[in-house]
Amino acid sequence: MKAGSALLLSSVSAALVALALTAPSVVAADKVDPATDAKAFQNFFFQKFPDVKHEDFVNGPYSMSEDMKRQWQEKEEFPPYEFALDAGKEMFSTPFKNGKTYADCFPNGGNGIRQNYPYFDTKEGKVVTLELALNRCREANGEAPYSYVKDEMASLTAYMAFTSRGKPMDIKIPDDARAREAFENGKRYFYTRRGQLNFSCASCHVQSPGERIRAEVLAPALGILNAMPIYRSEWSGMGTISRRFITCNSQTRAVPLEPQSDEYRDLEYFLSYVANGLPISGPGARP
Amino acid sequence: MASSIRVRATSNGDITEVQTLIQHPMDTGLVKDAKGELIPAHYIQELKFACNGKDVFVANWGTAISKDPYVKFSFKGAKKGDDLTISWTDNKGASDQTTAKIA
Amino acid sequence: MTVHTGPHPTRRLILQGAVSVALIGLGNLPFVPAHAAANDKYPEEAFKLKNEADAIKALYGRTAEPSDKVKLDAPEIAENGGVVPMSVTTTLDKVSSISFFVAENPNALAASYKFPDGTIPAVANRLKMAKTSNVTAIVEADGKLYSATKEVKVTVGGCGG
Repeated sequence: MKAGSALLLSSVSAALVALALTAPSVVAADKVDPATDAKAFQNFFFQKFPDVKHEDFVNGPYSMSEDMKRQWQEKEEFPPYEFALDAGKEMFSTPFKNGKTYADCFPNGGNGIRQNYPYFDTKEGKVVTLELALNRCREANGEAPYSYVKDEMASLTAYMAFTSRGKPMDIKIPDDARAREAFENGKRYFYTRRGQLNFSCASCHVQSPGERIRAEVLAPALGILNAMPIYRSEWSGMGTISRRFITCNSQTRAVPLEPQSDEYRDLEYFLSYVANGLPISGPGARP
Repeated sequence: MASSIRVRATSNGDITEVQTLIQHPMDTGLVKDAKGELIPAHYIQELKFACNGKDVFVANWGTAISKDPYVKFSFKGAKKGDDLTISWTDNKGASDQTTAKIA
Repeated sequence: MTVHTGPHPTRRLILQGAVSVALIGLGNLPFVPAHAAANDKYPEEAFKLKNEADAIKALYGRTAEPSDKVKLDAPEIAENGGVVPMSVTTTLDKVSSISFFVAENPNALAASYKFPDGTIPAVANRLKMAKTSNVTAIVEADGKLYSATKEVKVTVGGCGG
């Protein structure tokens, strides 16, 4: 028996080697190639929705429905995230107890840099999101970290997004196997079905944007993070990228992960990278 | 503390357009909190706009006004640089007031 | 703030005179608002009523007739019942007030706005709607009431939960 299976295994290995040698194109397709992925991802949405202007995808469900777009434009006259934005601006300029400020933690004093997050930190070997960087900044200056899902964190990121409005998302994947792996992990998380409803992120946000799931119009995945953080009428308040991921998981009856877990960081890396070139529109307002 | 009232008042020479957003929970008294207890009603009842010593707009509100209420209206008889005073009182007796320059 | 329970609507007109007289007698006591004509007071009773017809009667003491000179702008389908943008404009003259009623809300009267002379008779605001409902805007012009009604579909209610 044992000998038999060993024999079988070795013949399978031999077959694989033979396949690899004779079919190099198959191997090449399996290589992680984020640039090609991003192009294919964007083209999918551009072709599915030929009437939607490319830069309009960052407006989520409002790019999909005229009646909703009007309600949104009405709200944008004096947007509901206004208070969070003001609070974030004030927090950003208020020194910590040690006299330093958030500006000391970020390139260009934190101004107009939202489009560069998340980035891959080659020293740490991991993805660093803006929310994570903000809390690390606080801790490095002797301050307690904020909740990742709302309130202060949403106010801070709202302000930082606002200073980057209109700038194209510009996520880099350095020439580092770990960075490509992080992108690939994020992609896998995005397309993997999970939870009692057996939905992947893509089930809703790639296959069905513009359609209703129960009462809500689904947003396209393309550019979905460009609008973060968002004021959601459903929440009666602000939420961060972390909060968005957590609610997505719980709405499909899956178990949400911890905010800023490796999987969420990789997911954010993937989703942001494939939106490269589309403008930052955050903070946003959503139903 | 920052004012609860945000206002934009702009004049086109003849007409002044006013938009206001106020930070207020506007609780209806019908919603339960996480512990299952009713959150008591807490809402703005009256909002007034005065310019040059005269009321130009008065809002009477119930609980059906959205959280962080918004209202827009326009009036005649003011010019750029005039003061617009906005004040509100809620059902618990709290109030706030601010003055904005018409731009 | 002192809580005033407004006079019963059917006695409003009779009382109005009496209250004015009383106010002159009382002078500027602290609980008297600056413009203390009876109809300047917060219409507490009208806001408490459940039924739309009752609320209109309590607020105005009479009924409104539909008019194409009242334009109510509201969405077909509210994206969220918690925040439904709507506005009213009118070509009517001598407008003194505009009010919003949501028939299916727990209390029909949502908002009532007063327009002194010189204020353009138009207003935009954001309302909560518990469920799909007719929304009625009433414009009070030259002592008469005119209305416009529109159904707004609500799929996500605006009452929390």
